[in-house]
Amino acid sequence: MSAEFPLPAETSPLWRPNRRRSRQVEAVVRAVCLLFAAISILTTLGIVLTLIFETLDFFRDPFFRQALWIDRLPDLLPNASEAEIQGVSDQIQALDPRTLVERSEAIGLAPPSQAAGVFYAIRRFFTDTRWTPLFQDADFGIFVLISATLLTSTIAMAVAVPLGLLIAVFLSEYAAPRLRQVLKPILELLAGVPSVVFGYFALLTVTPFLQRFIPALQGFNALSAGLVLGVSIVPLVASLSEDAINAVPQDLRQGAFAMGATKGETIQAVVLPAALSGIVASIILAASRALGETMIVSLAAGQNPQAIDGSLGFINPFVPVMTMTAFIVQVSLGDAPFGSLAYRTIFVVGMALFLITLGLNVVSYWFVRRFREKYD
Amino acid sequence: MAPSQSSKVSAPTLGQGAEFAGNLPQRYAADRVFGLAAWMATAIAIAVLGWLLFEVLSQGLGRLSWQFLTSFPSRHPEKAGIIGALAGTFWVMVIVPLVAFPIGVGAGLYLEEFAQDNGFTRLIEINISNLAGVPSIIYGLLGLAAFVRLMEPLTGGRSVLAGALTLALLVLPIIIVATREALRAVPEGIRLAGLALGGSRWQVVWDHVLPAALSGILTGVILALSRAIGETAPLITIGALTFVPFTPGCTEDFPYFNPLDLGRCPADVVQSPFTVLPIQIFNWISRPQQAFHDNAAAAIIVLLVMLVLMNSVAIALRSRFQQRRS
Repeated sequence: MSAEFPLPAETSPLWRPNRRRSRQVEAVVRAVCLLFAAISILTTLGIVLTLIFETLDFFRDPFFRQALWIDRLPDLLPNASEAEIQGVSDQIQALDPRTLVERSEAIGLAPPSQAAGVFYAIRRFFTDTRWTPLFQDADFGIFVLISATLLTSTIAMAVAVPLGLLIAVFLSEYAAPRLRQVLKPILELLAGVPSVVFGYFALLTVTPFLQRFIPALQGFNALSAGLVLGVSIVPLVASLSEDAINAVPQDLRQGAFAMGATKGETIQAVVLPAALSGIVASIILAASRALGETMIVSLAAGQNPQAIDGSLGFINPFVPVMTMTAFIVQVSLGDAPFGSLAYRTIFVVGMALFLITLGLNVVSYWFVRRFREKYD
Repeated sequence: MAPSQSSKVSAPTLGQGAEFAGNLPQRYAADRVFGLAAWMATAIAIAVLGWLLFEVLSQGLGRLSWQFLTSFPSRHPEKAGIIGALAGTFWVMVIVPLVAFPIGVGAGLYLEEFAQDNGFTRLIEINISNLAGVPSIIYGLLGLAAFVRLMEPLTGGRSVLAGALTLALLVLPIIIVATREALRAVPEGIRLAGLALGGSRWQVVWDHVLPAALSGILTGVILALSRAIGETAPLITIGALTFVPFTPGCTEDFPYFNPLDLGRCPADVVQSPFTVLPIQIFNWISRPQQAFHDNAAAAIIVLLVMLVLMNSVAIALRSRFQQRRS
């Protein structure tokens, strides 16, 4: 009994697929896709290598050898009078740092070694209390910029964490489904507002508004920049925390209700602790976003590095400060020539920023893995 | 649970178990305060958004005109316009997807459909989530070193192409993540059915999985573009200009930018210096005169309208995508 199966004509290509060609096509496609996936790694490598090379060039810059040389003059010329030292110092100062070694013979003193210059540069970078890299009398205290960045970010987090968490709680626990459907797109809209628009808002709306209540508030200040920066990251905290809260199983809430806890008590004592890892991750991510935010702070917080000294200008939210990102913007707008010290400075500041945000991302990753509650 | 009703019920008295009985009226009061705080927080966020929009609209609407949209920047605020910035934004928005779409979708395809679960794959995954957390200005530094300096013969320095490549790298993680989610949402049955009929992995992906995931992927791409269109910091870092009295390309007269220029004179387009809308806004905000601030507000309205349009398309695509799945 052989039922004839109605095969199509022998020539139909459908029945004789060219398997060899499709294998070749697949191999090519697979390789191309792999290459594209590897581009993300190349991007990271590119970022890291760029920052490392330019940072090394910054610390090796002959400017620091020159400065160290002048610093050491009293030791190099122990018997010279102050006026003589001043004279030599002026001579060295007049040299072009790039031709330091070639010209050193005219002065009759050997310049400090390259390595000494590097150590000196690193010391200056971490211990200087002013940030004036574009001035004749340059100082490179990175903590001036870091403290300003921390100031604006701290104000931002003071806004974003309570607001974001409460919004997450409202959306997931209180809001009726229909209200949620209205609120979510509004929050997405807030998240989609470009940072330059927030910068406009901070500088031209919030600052004049706050000045009515705080007369001491200057036109550029960390306060309104920080407040608006906080508002701009509220949607990030809210949506990530909401995801974490939604992942807490309903059983836990029912259990708490059954024990007689009120809704607020259930949320505070059961739901939020259960969602803690996700919430902390969202807060850390928001902090790293706040540290790296550029336009709001460079528009509204100003371009004035505040020296770290007794006047405490560097933690005063009412005066202009300069964050790391604002400095990079300032130099970029000024068109620093390639290879100049100013050009390298933006990379060394970028390196500091990159390391800080990378550290936060690693902490967040670790925290989530370490403290995640699994409910299955 | 209706707290207002329950609070009328007297708390059970349990003698020494006062802690257990609790002070119900007070607890309900605290509960209401907490609920109110949650409500207030949401209201505050929306109110701030409303305030922002109101300020921008009230300052900028009066300045918005055909003349404003079609004029080049000027020292005189009333004569200044945004056509140079619009052209720059247009070209960047053309080139970014040309670069980022194939790369992002390819990378997503690799991770979801082809990759084995090995160390290399995990490295890429961790790397992508890490890249999403890198501040955008750092991408600007990469673009400055890699695209402006290293690849200068190709990009022509501080050009449209250098800016677009920088932004493409910036939004790549968004596109990859969106692609992977869209691919994951395609039912496994479709793949199994395709494979059972003798299709190769790639044939199944190309003929069945990708079409099913396409609207999800496109949603992600549009969202990525709406991120790119508002980015300012990386483009300032690579040295985009702040005063551009011309448009990229070889179209000399109105409307000054023509998509066909990409075929007619690609080098003129991609190697041209440029500015984009957010940088024009930034520039106007940083000037002292009120009239320029109004210009900035008007330009912000244009930018926000573009963003809302893009997001509407994304939402429409997403809802279509969801309907078809259910």
